[in-house]
Formats: sequence, C-alpha cells, structure tokens
Amino acid sequence: MEDPLNIIVTGVGGQGNIQASYIIASAALIEGFHVSVGETYGAAQRGGSVTSHIRLSKEKQYGPLIPEGGAHVIVGFEPIECLRTIGRFGSKKTRVIVNPRPIYPIDVLAGEATYPPINKVLSAIKELVYSVHVVEATELAKKVGDAILQNVVMVGCLAASEFTPIKAEAFRKAVTELFAEKGLDVNLRAFEIGVEEFKRTSPL
Amino acid sequence: MSLFDLVEPGRKVLLMGNEAIARGALEAGVNFCTGYPGNPASEVVEALAKAARKFGIYVEWSVNEIVALEAAGAAAAAGLRALTAMKNLGADVCSDFLMTVNLSGTRGGFVLVTGDDPSAHSTTTELDTRNYARFADIPLLEPSTAQEAKDMTKFAFELSEEIGLICMVRTVTRLSHARGVVTLGPIPKEKRTAAFSSQDLWTSGSSSITCMFHSILHEKMNRVKAKFEESEFNRYTGNENAEFVIITAGTGWLYSLEAVRMLGLEDKVGILKLGTTWPLPEKLVLKHLRRAKEVLFVEEIDPFLEQNVKMLAAELLAEGNVGPLKFYGKKSGHVRGEFGAGTGEIDVDTVIRALAEIKGLQYQPREREYSEKASAAMGSLVPARTMGFCAGCPHRASFLAIKKALQWDGRDGIVTGDIGCYSLGLLPTGFSVAKTLHCMGAGIGTANGFGKLASFGLDKPVIAISGDSTFYHACIPALINAKWHNANILYIILDNNTTAMTGHQPHPGTGSDALGNPVLKIPIEDICRGIGVETRIVDPFDLKDAVQNVYEMLKMDGVKVLIFRHECPLTETKKRDKKPKVYVDQDKCIGEECGCARFCTRVFKCPGNIWDPAKGKAKIDDAVCVGCGLCADLCPAEAIIVEEET
Repeated sequence: MEDPLNIIVTGVGGQGNIQASYIIASAALIEGFHVSVGETYGAAQRGGSVTSHIRLSKEKQYGPLIPEGGAHVIVGFEPIECLRTIGRFGSKKTRVIVNPRPIYPIDVLAGEATYPPINKVLSAIKELVYSVHVVEATELAKKVGDAILQNVVMVGCLAASEFTPIKAEAFRKAVTELFAEKGLDVNLRAFEIGVEEFKRTSPL
Repeated sequence: MSLFDLVEPGRKVLLMGNEAIARGALEAGVNFCTGYPGNPASEVVEALAKAARKFGIYVEWSVNEIVALEAAGAAAAAGLRALTAMKNLGADVCSDFLMTVNLSGTRGGFVLVTGDDPSAHSTTTELDTRNYARFADIPLLEPSTAQEAKDMTKFAFELSEEIGLICMVRTVTRLSHARGVVTLGPIPKEKRTAAFSSQDLWTSGSSSITCMFHSILHEKMNRVKAKFEESEFNRYTGNENAEFVIITAGTGWLYSLEAVRMLGLEDKVGILKLGTTWPLPEKLVLKHLRRAKEVLFVEEIDPFLEQNVKMLAAELLAEGNVGPLKFYGKKSGHVRGEFGAGTGEIDVDTVIRALAEIKGLQYQPREREYSEKASAAMGSLVPARTMGFCAGCPHRASFLAIKKALQWDGRDGIVTGDIGCYSLGLLPTGFSVAKTLHCMGAGIGTANGFGKLASFGLDKPVIAISGDSTFYHACIPALINAKWHNANILYIILDNNTTAMTGHQPHPGTGSDALGNPVLKIPIEDICRGIGVETRIVDPFDLKDAVQNVYEMLKMDGVKVLIFRHECPLTETKKRDKKPKVYVDQDKCIGEECGCARFCTRVFKCPGNIWDPAKGKAKIDDAVCVGCGLCADLCPAEAIIVEEET
C-alpha cells in the first residue's frame, strides 16, 4: 500500500460523515495502523460541506490534513461534494465510491445556482480519477429503515472494496463496538448491505 | 463513545484532541472542571462530564467563561486540581480574572485550556490566545498530537502546582477536532480535600503589594523557564548541522515533517519543535540559532514564536555569537494563507510552498493539465454550498417573521446579530435580516448604541437578536443598561431550549446541569420582567402571531423583549420514534403558474423542500425533512400534506 494511505469521506452536514470516519479509523487502529483523522465541519449547523481526512501508516503518525492531490480513496456521500473534494485532493491514482443522490444546496433552492445533471457529474469524476463505483446508498439505507444509514452502507462498500489494507472483519468489529449500546442491528444490516452491493457493482 | 474513562493503562485508543486533553486531566487527578461551550473547545468539558460520576469530579457548564475561570480558580486556591476550557473569544471574556490570578497564584494545579480557530471555521475571529499567556506572563504549552494533548495537560497540572501559577494549554481546531492514537496512563485514586481558612489570603493585592506579587510572578516564570529548557516536549529532528532550521509548534510540527520529506530536504533542513512556547526555552533555541543561517517559522495564526525568537536573536546579536541570520515566516510573507500572511490555517501545502519559494525549488503536486481540468470541472459543475439552518429549524421562521414585520413597519429597521446558530441571520438562510455580528452579547450591546442615535439623525427601529444560552452568558448587563437609559430596542431572544451550535449543552434555562441532573430552571422571562421590561412569548411557528407581535412591539417606546420559543429540531426529533410523513400533492402544486414564486424552495429555503425540474413542481426530500410541517402552513396552494404516522 501507499504509506501514508489517505482516505477522504466527504458529504453534507447531517449525513453522518464523522461517524463514518470514526468507524474507518477505528478499523485501522484494530489492524495496528498509526491513524490520524482531521474533520472539517465548521459550526454544527447542517447544510454545509463536511470533509473527514483519514490517514493510515505502518510507520508513524501523520498530520490530520492530506496535501493537495494526495487522496488515494474518496468516499463521496453526495455527488457534487465528491467532485469538489477531487478538485483539490484527487489525482489519477484516486479510487472513488460515490452515492449519486443529491442533497441540494440552499443556493440551488434559492435559484441562484444550478445543480448539474448527475450523469455529467459522474462523467467528470470518472475523467479525473482512477476508478469510480456508484452505489445508491440512500435507497439501500431506506430498505434497512432509515435514509440516515447511508453512511454505514458506504462504509460497508469501502470494507468490501479492498481499496485499503483494512480487512472487512476489522470494519465489522468497529461497527459492532460503536453501536454496542444502541442501534447495532440496523447498523450491521446497513453495513452488510453495503458489502454485498459493492461486490455486485462494476466500476463506471 | 466513552473510551476516555477507561481504567486500562497501556491501552491504545483513538481520541479526539479535546478528549485527550480531558483524559490528561483525569490522569492528573483533576477534581474540579468548568467551562462555557465554544468551538473548538467544547468537548473537553463534555468528556469530563461523562467521567464525572465514576471518578468523583465536579463538572459544570458555567454561565460564561469568566465565572468558569473564577470558580475553578477558587477550587485551585483551596488546593484542588482545577481545569477550565473555552474557545478563543472565551479567553477574552475571562481575561479580567486571568490578569489578576496570575499574581495571586494557586495552591492546587490550575489549568486553562484555550481552543483557537485558524480560518475561523466556527468562530468570528482568528484570535491567537497565546498572546494572553505572554500578556499575563503564565506558562504556555502547545501540543502537536492527541498523545501530547493528553501528556501536556497532565504535565500542566504538575507544573502549575509546583510553581503555584496557572498554566495555559493552547489547542487549535486541527488538534481539538482531529483524532489520533493515544496510549492511556493510570488514573490516580486518592481524593483531595479542599481547605481555605481564615489565615489564608488569595489576592493580587494593591499598590506596593501588587508590585511585590508582580516580582514574585517574574521569579516563578524564571523557574518555569529553567524547567522548559529541559522539557521532553521540545525536540530537534534532522541533521544536527543543518544551516536551515524550521522552528515550529503545535500542528505545524507534523506539517513541517511531511513537507520536508515530500521535498526531499531531510539532510538540509532541521526541525526544532517547541511544545513549551512561553516562556521561551532560550538556551535551547539559542543552541540551534548559533549554527543556523536561515530560520523558517511554522505556526498557526500570529507570528508568536517568530517575534519571540527574533527578540532573543536581537539581544544576542550585540554579543556577536549569533548570526547573520535570515528569518522567514509571516513577516516575510512566505507562510501565508489565501488572504495573506497571518491569516487562515496552515497545512502541509503551506509549508511546501514556503520551503519551495525560499529554496527556489519547483514543486507541483499535480500536473498542470490535471489541475486545469479539475478546476474547469469545479467551475462548471460544482455550485456553492452556503451554510443554512437545518430542516425544521425555528430560526428560519423567526427571521421570516422579523423580515415581514420590518416590511410592514417600513422604517428600514436595524437588526443586530449575535453568536449562535442564528448568526446565520446575516446569510440568505436567515433572509439576510441581521446586519451586525461580533462576539457573545454584542447584539444587544451594540443595539444600546443604535437605539440612542435618534438625536443624531438615525431614528430607526432597532432589533437585537440573541439565543437563549447567549442571553444568560453576556446579554443581561446590556439589557439592564438599555432599560436604565430607556434605549429604543426590541430585543428578540431565540429560545430553542439548548446551546445548539456547540453540540446541545444545557444552560440555566434548560433545567439540567452538565451531568444531566435535573436542576431549577431560571426562566428568561422572569429575569426580563424582574428588570421591568415588557416581555412577550410567542412560538415562531405561529408565524402570523409572530409577525404581528414583532410589528406591534416595534411601535412601542423603550426596551421590549420578545421570546421566540420553539425547541431545536435536533433535540426534539431524538425524543420521538417516528416522524410525520410530508409530501407535496402533485395535483395541487401548479409550480410556476401558482404565482407563489416557488415559495417553499426559493423564498423559504428549507433544505427539506426541493424542486423537481422535470415536473416543474415542488417536492419533499424525505432524507432531509424532519416533518415539522411549517411549509405546509405557509404553502399558498395548500399543496403540502402532513400525515402523522401512527
């Protein structure tokens, strides 16, 4: 693997970014990696862009921010946020897993900006990176019972992807530990649906 | 996630910087902890509150930062170990007491944690609180990693107690809200007893006594300096003979290590990382200055180390045993953010650019062609995402009511804003109603001025906004001032029954303390009416009533209070198992032909209301909508349907 291995989880406030990055980082710790996580979420209000940087190394601890062009894996909870993140951190080495469901910015609602067609966003992403897997994580999460679980579905996809050296079992253990007191069943189900869905998904 | 209260020395856990600070306090045997919520420091007190029962610690969310520091100071004066945590501007609020308790000293370990916010991710200033450590002349520690955040906090207690002086630990957003692996240490079991007898005196004195205490402070700081010279928190890495030295602290250390490695400069550039930054460990710095020809300073916000080291170098220049030296950093402009040197947060790219410019190296993280393609895609396909109120947020209704009432009133009223989620009242999500924003309490404070300018030709209605927690924190003296001087102000308090922006901490009106214990409520209206101010309470979701009350109260003379009371949806939705189903009746919504100007999306701008361009009709985003139903009340076509789930 690349050392450090740089993973970014990106989405919109309220989508469970921080929880997802915590699961990924915990799984990495279980596997014995040095881990750093940097969160960018501004104030607690929903609706803004949220980005988590997760850095793994066998050798030493790295700082919480990934340098320009340094993302090896991007997990995008929202298509334009995924493209926005690629704009600064992507490269031809980056592997992307993206949920294509838009969360409309207030600027678009107000009619001051336009939300581009999803297929255009996905083609632009494909042009800029090594590979793109598109997973309808929100729809899958609704099947488990709540759209909010899309974050754990996406973590399941990352676990199945082998884009990181972390084994799926370590992810599973991290999910189990995090939700031990509340919501273990639905979160494990969301995780497994993500694992299964990724195995069925071919890159764009 | 209560990993931080594990009693398992040696275990490695993933902790947020703030949790690591809390853990360090636990490992130091902290007894008494206070603070006021503020990003990025809020989680320090939250973490300690979760551990409070288990370890017999007193933890409180105080009404504001100065009361927090004073209460903790008293506990420390009585021999306990005490900690206070706050955000950058909180250090301003508590600075009165800080500038005297540095002289009066402490018996137990007394630690002040300040969280700075380079790039102002969640505050209104890039204040560098390290200046307070120099200003008050107290020891300053700057952790670089979560492990150091824990270790330094523990050390700060020991140092404070040994020297008898408050110590400061400065963190920044990228440490406070970053996570790293921390090896846990043991938590002491012994319990301390507080003591303060009639023989004790705890004061900064006056006249010659103050001067004497001032001189004792200098003597204490000389002892601290001698300890800092030997501190393991300061370390040099790289070639011992390097003529180019980076002097760095805090987050700058890991960024510098990575930048030097990425540029392949390991043999040529040494890195002196300082963890104890005030008083400066002069001998240690001098050792490296003597052989250096060039020095680059890498630190967050102000050129604090840069100025202190330059002062040291100037003293030694005359002796001829240092220099000539070239200095690079904020002053030279090499370490700069998007808005120039000394602004914005630093990162690996900042250090790479500085080194590349100084050394004349070409460094391109990505091929030009790729960067151009990425920029083009960003420009054409990525719309801005301006921050907005959450779906179901009562502030959206409150600002809409204020906007409408001001339109009815027609006198171009002035609205002053304050600190909280409702700071977004300046942005489109709050209909850009608020026009000022500074610090906690400045909404009603500045309204005191705007409300007294009629005789100078500015005769407009003035509305001051604040939240509930902010009301208790800083607005009461300003409200009394307004009443005393009969200023013409309508003060609207947005009461959502929580301190929402910082993560839903309690306040004096919520009826609970930091541990979740039930306590007596101190209602806002009782305080306002006690001052003799006309006070009304309205639910902003009753929008017509809300508009009418704002309009009426604008016409009344003197100071008036209107409380807009409606619980934050983030706490309210947690209390219920199911949410109502909201949808748009596709027959009733006639889109652009309605004449409503797409009210629910364009005007109201709740993120739960979206537009279906294919059908030309409104719809609800069920992944975002919380089911509050306000849009259904406001839709002129009555096309939005709310079905309570059974």
